[in-house]
Amino acid sequence: MNFVFYLLAALTLGGGLAAVLLKHLVHSALATTVAFAGLALLFLQLDAQFAGFAQILVYIGAVAILIVFAILLTRGSDLPKGGVFSATWFVGLVIAAGVFAVLGWAVLISVEALPQQASVPAVTVHDIGIALVGRYVLPLEIVALLLTAATIGAVIVAMHEKGAPK
Amino acid sequence: MAANLDQIFIHLRDWLVAFLPVVLRPATGVLLSVIAIVCVFPGLFALTTVFERKGLGRIQNRLGPNRVGPFGFFQPIADGIKSLTKEDIVPLSANAGVHFLAPLVLVVTVFMGFAVLPMGRNMVLVDMDAGLLFFFAMGAATELSVFMAGWSSRNKYSLLGAMRAVAQMISYEVVLLLSSVSVVMISGSLSLPKIVDAQNQYTGVFPHWYIFTPWGLAGFIMYAIAATAETNRSPFDLPEGESELVAGYHTEYSGFKFALFFLGEYLAMFSISGLGTTLFLGGWSAPLSFLTFIPSWCWFFGKVMLSIFVFIWMRGTLPRLRQDQLMNFAWKFVLPFTLLDLMVTALWRFMGDGWLRWVVCTVILGTAYVFMARLQWRQKHIGPRSYRYAE
Repeated sequence: MNFVFYLLAALTLGGGLAAVLLKHLVHSALATTVAFAGLALLFLQLDAQFAGFAQILVYIGAVAILIVFAILLTRGSDLPKGGVFSATWFVGLVIAAGVFAVLGWAVLISVEALPQQASVPAVTVHDIGIALVGRYVLPLEIVALLLTAATIGAVIVAMHEKGAPK
Repeated sequence: MAANLDQIFIHLRDWLVAFLPVVLRPATGVLLSVIAIVCVFPGLFALTTVFERKGLGRIQNRLGPNRVGPFGFFQPIADGIKSLTKEDIVPLSANAGVHFLAPLVLVVTVFMGFAVLPMGRNMVLVDMDAGLLFFFAMGAATELSVFMAGWSSRNKYSLLGAMRAVAQMISYEVVLLLSSVSVVMISGSLSLPKIVDAQNQYTGVFPHWYIFTPWGLAGFIMYAIAATAETNRSPFDLPEGESELVAGYHTEYSGFKFALFFLGEYLAMFSISGLGTTLFLGGWSAPLSFLTFIPSWCWFFGKVMLSIFVFIWMRGTLPRLRQDQLMNFAWKFVLPFTLLDLMVTALWRFMGDGWLRWVVCTVILGTAYVFMARLQWRQKHIGPRSYRYAE
């Protein structure tokens, strides 16, 4: 159990590091996919089937494809001459470390705040569905509305203006 | 006897496993099932290539392969030996690592999809609670391998083919998912064996397959269209349109890597037909109640091979679509109709038993189909045909 966890953690971290450190943008995108896959496997290792498969479906099937499409369509696949590292990498590092510290602190606090559960609760897809359209129906609807608005916005941005030359 | 024949593979596995110590038994059982899947489907692939080439030959008024073995049936063996011994060429400027990984990712993810398909009574490798989701997650991962292949070849035809393939697969994946959602709504489960169980009932001699309901028929047609597009089969085979793109994303692949792409394409056809069979055609259940004495796995594979035959038939009959036709068809006809079908399914679910829901659902779907078809036909502006000849 523990060994598998460390293996998956190494895979995820390796993918994430490669995404940051590799020179080629498409390689970085593919490395991000490896990190996504590692996260999905971590979910599966925790017996969270639904979350794990949804992670693969959404992140590998949609987000990763979106990233590579964006890279290809914006001519970003050529290697930049001045190196891939931004001039403000140090500030970025500090902010990332800060966010990580806050998240880590929050997680460590929650371990003490929540009572330790003896057994893993068995959550089926059925339970998740009931919870989504029952207790959490308002957040679900808000997210749906937000996504619809985003889709309409994207279509408007992409649309040809009337009368303007194509 | 019939029950024994039905479970013959399960008994065979249990009999083989019983030779081992108890500790090793579960793992070996799974291993044997995996080996069976990994052997059976490539075997079917070999058979299908012969049938496809002979069938296409018949449709195009020629003979097809007839040199190797009786009636040319050993052709796939010759093809296999050829692709194994051929030189494996990697273009000089290709991205070697990604170029190598792409066919592997494709074949592995496609094989994973078979893990959740129930191929007969009790014949499912993993009965997952979220089996359908697993299947689609694996299907989504194959898109990435297509992109990897096209991009890493560093060839404009490959890249164009990959972009076309990915755009097409994303568009039709929405339809594929939504048409399956209606089945999930009625059966109330994401587990494929449970979906088959829900359809394995009979009224008189007729089964409760979902295709025999108004929403199921509409959903199945939409699913079949989306499945054809997902597997890049004709008439949706633009990603490998020979006349424009050489061979699309696998232009720069040769030898066994090309064979792997070929294998991946056919395995994807099998798995998506298997899923369609499971969702709409009752999986391994018999089409008439007095035919249940025939083993369940015969029905499953029979239905899958029937779907494959329809795929081949369509390939021999229909011309290829243009890119804009493909996209317009997906987003302006198939997707709205699938969404409507989802609503009708909800109506079906809450109208209760009785003949009224049959009439209401059929009328809604029929009217919508006629209305949408008329509307889009009117927007077409089909003028007189003009021909241009080379001078």
